[in-house]
Amino acid sequence: MKNIKSGDLLFALIFFMISAFLMSQLPDQVKWFKNTKLTSQPALWCSIGLIGMTAFGLIHLLLKIRLDDLSRELKEGLIWIRSIEFACWFLLYVVLVQYIGYLLATCIIAFCLSYRVGYQKKTMLSYSVLTALSIVLVFKTFLEVKIPGGAIYEYLPDTLRTFMILNF
Amino acid sequence: MDIIVSAFELLLRWDVIIALLIGSCGGVVIGAIPGVGPAVAIAILLPATFSLEPIVGLTLLLGIYGSAMYGGSIPAILVNTPGTPVNALTTYDGFPMTQRGESRRALSLAYSASFFGGVFSILCLIFLSPVLAIIAPMFGSREIFLAALLGIILVITAHRGQMFAAAMMASLGIFIQTIGMEPIKYSKRFTFDQSWLTGGLNLIVIVLGLFAISQAILLLVQKDKREEAVKVEGGLFQGLKELGKHKRIASVASSFGVMMGMIPGVGEFTSQFLSYTYAQKSSKTPEKFGKGSTEGLVASEAANNAVPAAAMIPLLALGIPGEALTAMMLSVFYVHNVIPGPNLFQNHLDFVVALYISLLILNILVLIFLLFSTNSLLKVIQIPSRFLGLSILILSFVGVYSLRNSFTDCAVAAGFGVFGFILKRVDLPIVPIILGMVLGEIMEAKLRTSMMKVKDPIDFINRPIAFILFTLIILVILLQVRTLWKSFKNK
Repeated sequence: MKNIKSGDLLFALIFFMISAFLMSQLPDQVKWFKNTKLTSQPALWCSIGLIGMTAFGLIHLLLKIRLDDLSRELKEGLIWIRSIEFACWFLLYVVLVQYIGYLLATCIIAFCLSYRVGYQKKTMLSYSVLTALSIVLVFKTFLEVKIPGGAIYEYLPDTLRTFMILNF
Repeated sequence: MDIIVSAFELLLRWDVIIALLIGSCGGVVIGAIPGVGPAVAIAILLPATFSLEPIVGLTLLLGIYGSAMYGGSIPAILVNTPGTPVNALTTYDGFPMTQRGESRRALSLAYSASFFGGVFSILCLIFLSPVLAIIAPMFGSREIFLAALLGIILVITAHRGQMFAAAMMASLGIFIQTIGMEPIKYSKRFTFDQSWLTGGLNLIVIVLGLFAISQAILLLVQKDKREEAVKVEGGLFQGLKELGKHKRIASVASSFGVMMGMIPGVGEFTSQFLSYTYAQKSSKTPEKFGKGSTEGLVASEAANNAVPAAAMIPLLALGIPGEALTAMMLSVFYVHNVIPGPNLFQNHLDFVVALYISLLILNILVLIFLLFSTNSLLKVIQIPSRFLGLSILILSFVGVYSLRNSFTDCAVAAGFGVFGFILKRVDLPIVPIILGMVLGEIMEAKLRTSMMKVKDPIDFINRPIAFILFTLIILVILLQVRTLWKSFKNK
């Protein structure tokens, strides 16, 4: 087996608990049909997946059990929780795009996130904004990926609004 | 001959040529940046390729897939950091050569070996295509089911030392793909009465979360790593000549790459391991391996570059992806209603040959690009990691949001991003989740249709290919049980 890393036990425990919970929901969340072959039952593959998750999850947990340094596990758990911050940044970005449009939202998020992770010099901040701008130009203006205009664009004059919706 | 002419007709279009150029050069750049890799790039670009024609989209993605490993050898040789995980073995002999002041020799040899591996595998595949066109139609529902099952078992067993973790992740993938309304009896599965779960969880959203967003978070939470690369002086053409001295190792390594690439779930790592071991055992100077052996470098690079073309075989011939990148490419086919499988070889052989030719051209383009731009590429190695994380997070938005403009998709991707980050922190495999999803769906559909045609379960394996596949499955399981039992007894 590979060397045990911090967080191994915590992950194995959480994974097994979730798998066991989902297994317990099997009777309510899937339907077994009468007069239908086992291989055609819609519940079959859910059950296979869940049995695999629970059984292998249990073996994995048993292989990782080690009670000598639980504080390491908790420290690692805190790092996982802290990572949620960046997922929230991502969701904030999605919300911002809907209101202020792709171009502005991308530049603002790039600037703020850049500042947040420690790039506080003008050079790096401007690199971040330039990168954001080039991403918008490549994907929205050039490749025309489907990203709708922001609500703020409604307040722009007609010609400028169409231009902004199409390109930024 | 008609097929080759028709394949060239498919390729000789400005949009395909641009896709080929962007894919090959972009792939090298992406491969050269430690911490990005082709999986992240393909995941991000995937939705953007849906609006392109299949040949254009696939050429772009194949370009990235086929060229990233070339680029990955640059940081592996110069700064002892593999650009892509596959280049890890290149650091063993590449970096010691740089320390000896032979960086130019190491790079040129790595490029030449990669080129040899790439071209060797494509030529093998072009010659194999007629055989595949005969064999592929012999695969009915039950054979495809058994091949997918064999694929999933091989994916699990390929994770040495992490087999149970890989099995639990593959099971998770199988479970995830069942969530939502199933299409036969229209019953809901694990939706918990949530309307957003009725349509199921989108594969691309999960891929983006697990590969791109997780990588962005991983880079954002860690401190910046700045790599100081050595400038490469002089030309890089000598490796092409020097490769002639190692043609036996290059050929064997490329053959391993082709064979391992064709088997679902095995891929680059196993082929590299086998070819490196072969090279060391057959070498007159085995003690030099790991200390800057040119033979070791050739074995590693030729083997890993022979895999991408070969990995397209199970995908194109059977519709079964062997690893995460080809699983992502499968969605490009589905979006355009081009169903890979036996019919593709029978009815669209020109399309298949066009893909092989584009792979051949991209290998030539990449070699030319690398011979002239290596020193410029050294700059991308030095991009601070948190800055890369920030850029990946912004790019991930394009991938997820442009799919359906859905906030829910973004929330799901963010959730899987955190999950992927945790998996990377504890060093657990992500690929089995994706393959579990893709192969699970195939197995469910194919088992259902094939069981309608058989009366007795034993009839399931009464056709030659089905029987061979079934025997292989039993053999692989027995071998694995034996290995586990041996290691248990040794402990």
